[in-house]
Amino acid sequence: MSADNFDVVVIGSGPGGYVAAIRASQLGLKTALIEKGNLGGTCLNVGCIPSKALLHSTEMLHFTKDKAANHGIQVDGVSVDLSQLMKRKDTVVNTLKGGVEMLVTKKGGKIFKGLGVIQSPGTVLVKQEDGEITLQTKHIIIATGSTPIELPFLPYDSETIVSSDQAIAFDSIPEKLAVIGASAIGLELGSVWARLGSEVTIVEYLPKIAPGFDDDICKISERVFKRQGLKFLTATEVTSADSSENKVVLKAQRKGKEVSIEADKVLVAVGRKPNTLNAGIEEAGVKVDEKGRIEIDHHFQSNIPGIYAIGDVVAGPMLAHKAEEEGVAVAEIIAGKAGHVNYDVIPGVIYTDPEIASVGLSEQQAQESGIEVNTGKFNLSANGRAISSDVTEGMVKVIADAKSDKLLGVQILAHNASELIAAAVTHMEYGGSAEDLARTIHAHPTLSESLKEAALAVDGRGLHSI
Amino acid sequence: MAAEVKVPPVGESISTGILAVWHVKEGDRVERDQLLFELETDKITSEGLAEVSGIISIKTEEGEEVDIGQVVAVIEESEVDDEGKAEESEPTSTAKTEAQPEVQEDAPVSPAVRRIAAETGVDPASVEGSGKKGRVTKGDMLEATANSDEKQEMPAAAPTQNVERTSRKKMTGLRSKIADRLVQAQQEAAILTTFNEVDMNAVMRLRKQHQEKFVAKYGHKLGFMSFFVKAVVNALKEVPGVNAQIDGNEIVTNHYYDIGIAVGTEKGLVVPVVRDCDQKSFSGIEGDIIQYAGKAREGKLAIDDLQGGVFTITNGGIYGSMLSTPILNRPQSGILGMHSIQERPMAVNGEVVIRPMMYLALSYDHRLVDGKEAVTFLVKVKEAIEDPTTLLFEI
Repeated sequence: MSADNFDVVVIGSGPGGYVAAIRASQLGLKTALIEKGNLGGTCLNVGCIPSKALLHSTEMLHFTKDKAANHGIQVDGVSVDLSQLMKRKDTVVNTLKGGVEMLVTKKGGKIFKGLGVIQSPGTVLVKQEDGEITLQTKHIIIATGSTPIELPFLPYDSETIVSSDQAIAFDSIPEKLAVIGASAIGLELGSVWARLGSEVTIVEYLPKIAPGFDDDICKISERVFKRQGLKFLTATEVTSADSSENKVVLKAQRKGKEVSIEADKVLVAVGRKPNTLNAGIEEAGVKVDEKGRIEIDHHFQSNIPGIYAIGDVVAGPMLAHKAEEEGVAVAEIIAGKAGHVNYDVIPGVIYTDPEIASVGLSEQQAQESGIEVNTGKFNLSANGRAISSDVTEGMVKVIADAKSDKLLGVQILAHNASELIAAAVTHMEYGGSAEDLARTIHAHPTLSESLKEAALAVDGRGLHSI
Repeated sequence: MAAEVKVPPVGESISTGILAVWHVKEGDRVERDQLLFELETDKITSEGLAEVSGIISIKTEEGEEVDIGQVVAVIEESEVDDEGKAEESEPTSTAKTEAQPEVQEDAPVSPAVRRIAAETGVDPASVEGSGKKGRVTKGDMLEATANSDEKQEMPAAAPTQNVERTSRKKMTGLRSKIADRLVQAQQEAAILTTFNEVDMNAVMRLRKQHQEKFVAKYGHKLGFMSFFVKAVVNALKEVPGVNAQIDGNEIVTNHYYDIGIAVGTEKGLVVPVVRDCDQKSFSGIEGDIIQYAGKAREGKLAIDDLQGGVFTITNGGIYGSMLSTPILNRPQSGILGMHSIQERPMAVNGEVVIRPMMYLALSYDHRLVDGKEAVTFLVKVKEAIEDPTTLLFEI
């Protein structure tokens, strides 16, 4: 076999692609990973990771400015060095990027930097800076990810009308920031800039923020975030925009009335679309659906044998951990093993403070599916650790099947909800019931006890609630 | 309820042994038929099995000398048979052999499943799991308990009120062994049965004639069985093919005459073996049978007592059976079925006479025994019973 012959060629090195490459190498497949930009894809370079770095830094700022005094910590003259804040973020990204390269190559995968273009099933051309190289392969995995959706009347200009790609790297703090879309990206980056001093208005087309989460959670989060200074315009549709010299005025319809929102910068965070251009996907005859997602079967294989697709470029939630699981599964399937992803139990998190995390169904989704449920709730304000740590905002809600008591969903608004949700995911992965969660010992004092208490409350057995 | 664990009888001449190894620990939960200990005697090593399920309390140290029948442990029976099984979290480290796979089947069960198992007695192991890799979920348990509730409610709704139309309990070890062996015999051998009838007149006359002196001398009665045992030994000598068995690709022919006698007990049928019947007198045979019957009733038969027979005689006649087709006692190749004696009009020398008649059935393994041999064998038995003097001359 010559150096340009592979068992697997992965196009795209985001969390789906690089994990697929690692797993394939682990399973003894000769694997190539092609990346046209930076290793790690959106998640590592302009998504999950840099936004978490910014969120953490600004959370500390928020504590120092607004909470420290209450703890007896006097800090005078607090100021922000935005360039240092961004520098640290870049360090975080670079550290992890190095990690990806090291992991892939140590496992035996070969990295090609350049644009990967499918020539035919079994042939991929890599357009590198210094020329082209053709790779022969038995299997191709498309993991090209997604890009932010652009609003037709509000084209990105990288300066005032931006996507998350730029909103993680403003070089100055905008005085007024308008955010279109109150989902994860809008809420997270809205929080970052609000903490840094921007006047942030978040416009949401749907009647609630964090749509997709349980109504109870949405209601409380909106209240909490408003206290933090975010402004919300829900059930509001942005219809047009007037741009003039570094200012934008958005025109929107709200309950039949026109409202206008003035901003220095507009972050459009209305979703992402799959990347199927430039990689020779359609040219190779790979079928995509009406939303531009590659159609795949249960084995992640497209209509063209030997061409597979995973992650944001296929159906399902556009989440890094979903893509990772698919990366593992597709590599295992190619290696003749039984790869599988349980789509019913994928956690979703919004990394605000408090964080919003959920897995499975909300109460409303269960009802819409005609499932009779019992629910249990617990407020963090009654949790000992939450009081000690000054993080009493939020609640845990457990949704269980009324007949079998099987956990159908868990919704958390709490400090560290992203970590708390893991226990619920584990229980659900094994078909656990609310009672199983309630009968599992949780360390005291921890925030996780609220999960247990909410599970107890499903059966009206809450110990630390009235 | 507490059940005593006694040292089981191992053989005629053995009265003591050394309790060599305990396979369970103090306080362990044991299941019925689980291996508890090994007993060493100067002749053999035998095993002590649990007769009930429960928590064991050990009374005797390893290496101690124990008497047959001595209580070496007590098993506290649990109220719900399967409760402990669900509670058990760790396999007992010392338990090996048969006990282990069962413990391993106790995959970890979730806390809610454990609670329901403890409260309802529904064994999670008996429930089909819908969770990851077949794990039993709370929903599965609720469904299973709902089903068992329905089962219990059904009889009440049936026309015969307050009477359970069926009841269920676990098979005893003996019963399940009997079941296995009978099915095995049916599946492995080509069982065929040939019939004949025998005039019991001569045997009855001889018994009547000699009974008094016989009892005076030996202390027990002269029964029918000794005649049949002797008749069978005679026939086996005449037709050695019946005194043989198949072992893999080989035919093993026995040159000894250990005859099994089926004895009904409360727990089920057992077949103790009367040894060397060709060398024993009528009284010797009768004496052995009487002794075995007593041991069987008291549940004191040892494994040794039941092994090594070459042929079996079963008497359904004592329960009034007219005719039956016995199933072979594997690996034996023949079994004689005796039946009830009835007076019937028989044609003898052109005249109708009333005679005490018994039907005989010989089931045999047709793989090994040809029809001619089988029929000849049964005719030989018939002739010996109708004219016991032939036994005298071994003709």
